[in-house]
Amino acid sequence: MSGPLGELAILFSELSLLAVGGANALVPEMQRLVQAHGWMQPAEFAALFALAQAAPGPNMLVVTLVGWRVAGLSGALAATGAFVVPTGILTYGVARLWHRFRDAPWRRAIQAALTPVTVGLVMAAAVLLCWSAALDLPLLLLAAAVAGVMLTTKLHPLWLLAAGGALGAAGLL
Amino acid sequence: MEPAASPPPPTLGALLFNFFTVGILGFGGVLPLARRMIVEQRRWLSAAEFTDLLALCQFLPGANIVNLSISLGARYHGVPGALAAVGGLLAAPVAVVIGLGVLYGRYAAIPMVAHGFQGLAAAASGLVLATALRIASPLRGKPRALAIAALAFVALALLRLPLLPVLLVLAPLSFAVNRRAA
Repeated sequence: MSGPLGELAILFSELSLLAVGGANALVPEMQRLVQAHGWMQPAEFAALFALAQAAPGPNMLVVTLVGWRVAGLSGALAATGAFVVPTGILTYGVARLWHRFRDAPWRRAIQAALTPVTVGLVMAAAVLLCWSAALDLPLLLLAAAVAGVMLTTKLHPLWLLAAGGALGAAGLL
Repeated sequence: MEPAASPPPPTLGALLFNFFTVGILGFGGVLPLARRMIVEQRRWLSAAEFTDLLALCQFLPGANIVNLSISLGARYHGVPGALAAVGGLLAAPVAVVIGLGVLYGRYAAIPMVAHGFQGLAAAASGLVLATALRIASPLRGKPRALAIAALAFVALALLRLPLLPVLLVLAPLSFAVNRRAA
């Protein structure tokens, strides 16, 4: 395989196998790679990430959007498929063995060891996205306010996204 | 207490339909909806079985909920079951997000729309920040774990190192540090 479709397929199948802390933990790596491939700048990546957050479904949809931006509909499908299939095959195989090992000490030890790494990954994702998206003080304050509201209330995140979009469109940011 | 699971195995169509519903309604996170559908509404799994399966999916790489749909579909109908579940889960969200991408591509040049997207992106980054703080909170009072998290953060956010070498160094380090602490 060559060309953008092949590059997308290889990139996202490799990435998916590194996603030990869910899709958000991949954001720094994804942002780094799309820039290295010359596909987009961090600000555009942040915008695509925001679109993916606004859509229903699993939080891996930024993968679909990166594929779409690079190579249209076939790119979107190639990137999505590449992200799902390798880990899907792994899950399919391991699920059968899992029950047997669910109380094994090594299993718990590995999971406990991965947790702090995942926390660092997601924190890095948050800071990189804020740097890319919060270009000036009002936007930074908005990001901080959204984080604060999320942590202290049970408001649905979609309302916060809508508020951010509306404030921006109204020229208040 | 949850009612005991008494699962008549779902058909392929039921897997497809139920995961499709979860996908299209799953704004801001699919997991709570998926749990309600699987445990409470369809009773395919008991609460304990669901937790066990979710632990597997968090342990393995990839999107947790995607892995969950695949392993559940596979349990009942092998490969066709896995494909029905994951296809159902992703079909609507992928279509919606591509539609949003098309709109973005068409209208992003209009200043009002561009400013709206700036606000949207800043809000989305705030959501991830909140998630990060929330998953970090169990590490409070655990200096070794916090040190590992800080190393991962510095490597990726400040030094912009590639993910694979960072994982290959930090995961075993974290394992060793944990073991000494235990």
